[in-house]
Amino acid sequence: MSKACCLLALFLLCTCVLAQSGALAPEHEQRYYSLLDELRCLVCQNQTIAESDADLAKDLRDEVKKMLQAGATDSEITEFMVNRYGDFVLYRPPVKPRTWLLWFGPLVFLVIALVALTLVVRKHKRAGSVALTEDEQAKVDSILSRPEE
Amino acid sequence: MSKYLLPVILFFILTSFLFVGLYRDPTEVSSPLLGKPVPQFSLPRLADSEAMFSEDEFLGKVSLLNVWASWCVACREEHPVLTELAHRHEVILYGLNYKDDTADARQYLVEHGNPFLASAVDASGRIGIEWGVYGVPETFVIDKNGIIRYKHIGVITWRDAEEKLLPLIGQLQNETS
Repeated sequence: MSKACCLLALFLLCTCVLAQSGALAPEHEQRYYSLLDELRCLVCQNQTIAESDADLAKDLRDEVKKMLQAGATDSEITEFMVNRYGDFVLYRPPVKPRTWLLWFGPLVFLVIALVALTLVVRKHKRAGSVALTEDEQAKVDSILSRPEE
Repeated sequence: MSKYLLPVILFFILTSFLFVGLYRDPTEVSSPLLGKPVPQFSLPRLADSEAMFSEDEFLGKVSLLNVWASWCVACREEHPVLTELAHRHEVILYGLNYKDDTADARQYLVEHGNPFLASAVDASGRIGIEWGVYGVPETFVIDKNGIIRYKHIGVITWRDAEEKLLPLIGQLQNETS
């Protein structure tokens, strides 16, 4: 009997703790985790605020949670963060003149590489088609006409 | 000779980027708040929890807001610089006591001296988020119109005070509000 009471008390305690931690509604939960994965923790700069143990990351997670519960959209939440911490908080920086080099730089390098490659290949082809002098031609002919050993 | 010119030029362009990168601190992220008015807030004062500290405090004068805490080791390092700025150079210095225990914070000022005209108590760190605080200490320079003009991240060294903060404060004081 006392065992059953104990279990019941434990169960009630657990549900209380869960309720107090302000668990998110299921429809918010997915957005919550995807937002956390998009936001950088500024204290430990190579972690998202989902991964980071820093105090600030915890505060920002709480802030995201509160805003979700208040009915904010994803873009409102990221805008809130950008207004305070700058584009650096975003793992995917927005495309704008300042970030053009970042976004399109690799493409530019690819184009440069392709152009260089084409030029080199063409040069080689042209070099290969240079006509032989008479002496050289005679030498080639003599080698080619040599019977196989 | 010209065959090697292009690779050499590319090499120098690349190394000059890397060279500049050597002297940049990746932990210093420029604040989007620069050039914007101070965020609105209302917090209790450290000296008197009944009295409130709000953004209106910054109007009409050039001032500094230093984000500090008694648990912050680096703050102890810059404390003498802050004291010098406030006492010898008569800089108006406010504090944002960030995520601290109020009793500890008061004790800290008793031990190390209080260079702040007033400190606002941000126990939860919520107002710190409004200011984009991510590491203590941080210091904001605010002009007469309550616009944030500069943010210093990390410890203020004597050199920072003399070469950056004091010239900027002097310049802002000459601006008409």
